[in-house]
Amino acid sequence: MKRKLLALTLSALLLPAAGSALAQAKGKISGDVVKIGVLTDMSGVYSDLGGQGSVVAAQMAIDDFKAKYKPTFKIELVSADHQNKADVGSNKIREWYDTQGVDMVTDVLNSAVALAVAKVTTEKNKIMLNAGAASTRITNEDCAPNNVVHYVYDTYALANGPGKAVTKLGKDTWFLLTADYAFGHSLEKDTTNAVIANGGKVVGNVRHPLNASDFSSFLLQAQASKAKVVGLANAGGDTINSIKAANEFGLTKNQTLVGLLTTVVDIHALGLQTTQGMMFTEGFYWNLNPETREWSRRFFAKHKKMPNMLPAGAYSAVTHYLKAVQATGTDDTATVMKKMKDTPINDFFAKNGKIRDDGRMVHDMLLVEVKKPSESKEPWDYYNIKQVIPGDQAFQPMAASRCPAVLAAKKK
Amino acid sequence: MTEIFGVPIQALAGQLMLGLVNGSFYAMLSLGLAVIFGMLNIINFAHGALYMMGAIFTWMFMEYLGIGYWWSLVLAPISVGLIGIAIERLLLQWLYKLDHLYGLLLTFGLALILEGFFRHLYGVAGQPYSIPDELSGAINLGFMFLPKYRAWIIVASLTVCLVTWYVIEKTRLGAYLRAATENPALTQAFGINVPLMVMLTYGFGVGLAGLAGVLAAPATQVGPLMGSNLIITVFAVVVIGGMGSILGSILTGLGLGLIEGLTKVFYPEASATVVFIIMAIVLMFRPAGLFGREK
Repeated sequence: MKRKLLALTLSALLLPAAGSALAQAKGKISGDVVKIGVLTDMSGVYSDLGGQGSVVAAQMAIDDFKAKYKPTFKIELVSADHQNKADVGSNKIREWYDTQGVDMVTDVLNSAVALAVAKVTTEKNKIMLNAGAASTRITNEDCAPNNVVHYVYDTYALANGPGKAVTKLGKDTWFLLTADYAFGHSLEKDTTNAVIANGGKVVGNVRHPLNASDFSSFLLQAQASKAKVVGLANAGGDTINSIKAANEFGLTKNQTLVGLLTTVVDIHALGLQTTQGMMFTEGFYWNLNPETREWSRRFFAKHKKMPNMLPAGAYSAVTHYLKAVQATGTDDTATVMKKMKDTPINDFFAKNGKIRDDGRMVHDMLLVEVKKPSESKEPWDYYNIKQVIPGDQAFQPMAASRCPAVLAAKKK
Repeated sequence: MTEIFGVPIQALAGQLMLGLVNGSFYAMLSLGLAVIFGMLNIINFAHGALYMMGAIFTWMFMEYLGIGYWWSLVLAPISVGLIGIAIERLLLQWLYKLDHLYGLLLTFGLALILEGFFRHLYGVAGQPYSIPDELSGAINLGFMFLPKYRAWIIVASLTVCLVTWYVIEKTRLGAYLRAATENPALTQAFGINVPLMVMLTYGFGVGLAGLAGVLAAPATQVGPLMGSNLIITVFAVVVIGGMGSILGSILTGLGLGLIEGLTKVFYPEASATVVFIIMAIVLMFRPAGLFGREK
């Protein structure tokens, strides 16, 4: 009798636990709210790349998702400025995960901040769909494939497109102008590898301080090198000012300028007169097809700027995440990550996109050339598409992965 | 070809020329700071923001009113000067009796507000401004193709610097100004309107920053952050030259531009730091700066 009572009590105690575990797997959303965070640079050098644009895009993704799929759970959006500081970023993300119940964070541009946020995200077992940072470390040395997806682009993809295409055009000697910090070094290394692999040669380089106010003397050195191509391994304001000075000093007459991380926002800031003929890789172009145009025009109506790959990627990432939550009925990290990896991504941003085991989302990249002013038919009509680089060629192959989790799986 | 440390002498001459261009900006900006510090005892941290406004006004005049570069060269500095006068009358004049720190904090706050305002309006990527037709193209100097516009920057800024120096050191007006700095109460007793002079001095000082902004507009991207990228270096220039020394700030501005230019050839990674290394060394041996007098 006593034993029976004990068994009964025990099973009574255990049942709800088993029940709730089941419920979580089947359909439980923590706090009944799916909370998405956009952590980005709102005021500094990169704020025109992502910034408020990414917040607008994430909100659009949520609104569209609600309208189309009528989810039973609530969705909320929070956003914050990390000021391009790794410590500010990791404090903010800790606060979001610990006290505000944020489930997923996106944008997170700036590689230094992204790496810090990835660490906290792994520790708290949440999800980061990174749409803004460039460093390949995110899916290699510092990979966290159970929590972190690198969604839009990386330095390998940026370097590989022009490195291959431009070198193959017979422009096989390169000079690199590098921003002197982790991101620039990474881009410089990847570009050098790409150029050499395609039979070219890097004849020299110069490393300039971040936010240098004058680039003319660096460009004069690039000019003196007589290299056929001058590659700009920098970003944002540094790229803009390098391009401007390159024009003033007549460098573009005899040498080809390749901006390794240039987006439509930079071209808009400089104008076609200055940038015509430049070649680079982008992950997205608003004027590619009716689908991209439709979305981009809606974005433009809200933000007054056409999107580059960062906001477009953030929209796609948020949508892909919400679909996975809807399908699995939970915001449990492992379940959602598995679902996201199992589902191919097909939207205006990515065709047959796929999240690999190292956390890299592979999708087609575009090798573009900036139009002449006479070729441009409307405002923001800036690119001729030279080549669509298929995802499996655009990104670093899995065989070359330096991600510990991938290497361990290989050994087994 | 003759070489110095592996760099052809021609290339070196080109780099020195560019150093001189940058030095011209340093000279004009630090001159304004020196005049303001000399007369008002205010460490004007808003100088970079006002320089940025000079450039943005140039762009706005063109964009919204169709006013070209040459008119902007006059109108933008005057606009910036008027804003400066408003700042002096409304805010700074209450701080003269207090410690330097208050002026520094106030102007620093102003700089952040101004930058934030233009960032909100136009974003950080900035706006393009093209070189006026008269100054486009380049001159062949034998050792380099110097864009005409860069040559114009050197000529314009040197002229402005020398005129300023002449007015302050050699004319009657300058003598009043210097007297008002030395002993305001006594100068006022001679019937000279000191507060008016102080106000106009501040207006003139920031007008110089505005003029530097106009000169910079076609050479760099016009954006809200262009001032803050430059201002710290300019402060180092002022400290090296000696706070408040007019000739000192002009000469140090040009000299440091040259040194920075050389660093960009031989060890570009240090080009952002070299000015501060020199500053540390100078302060060790001459705490009042190269041309400053110890009070």
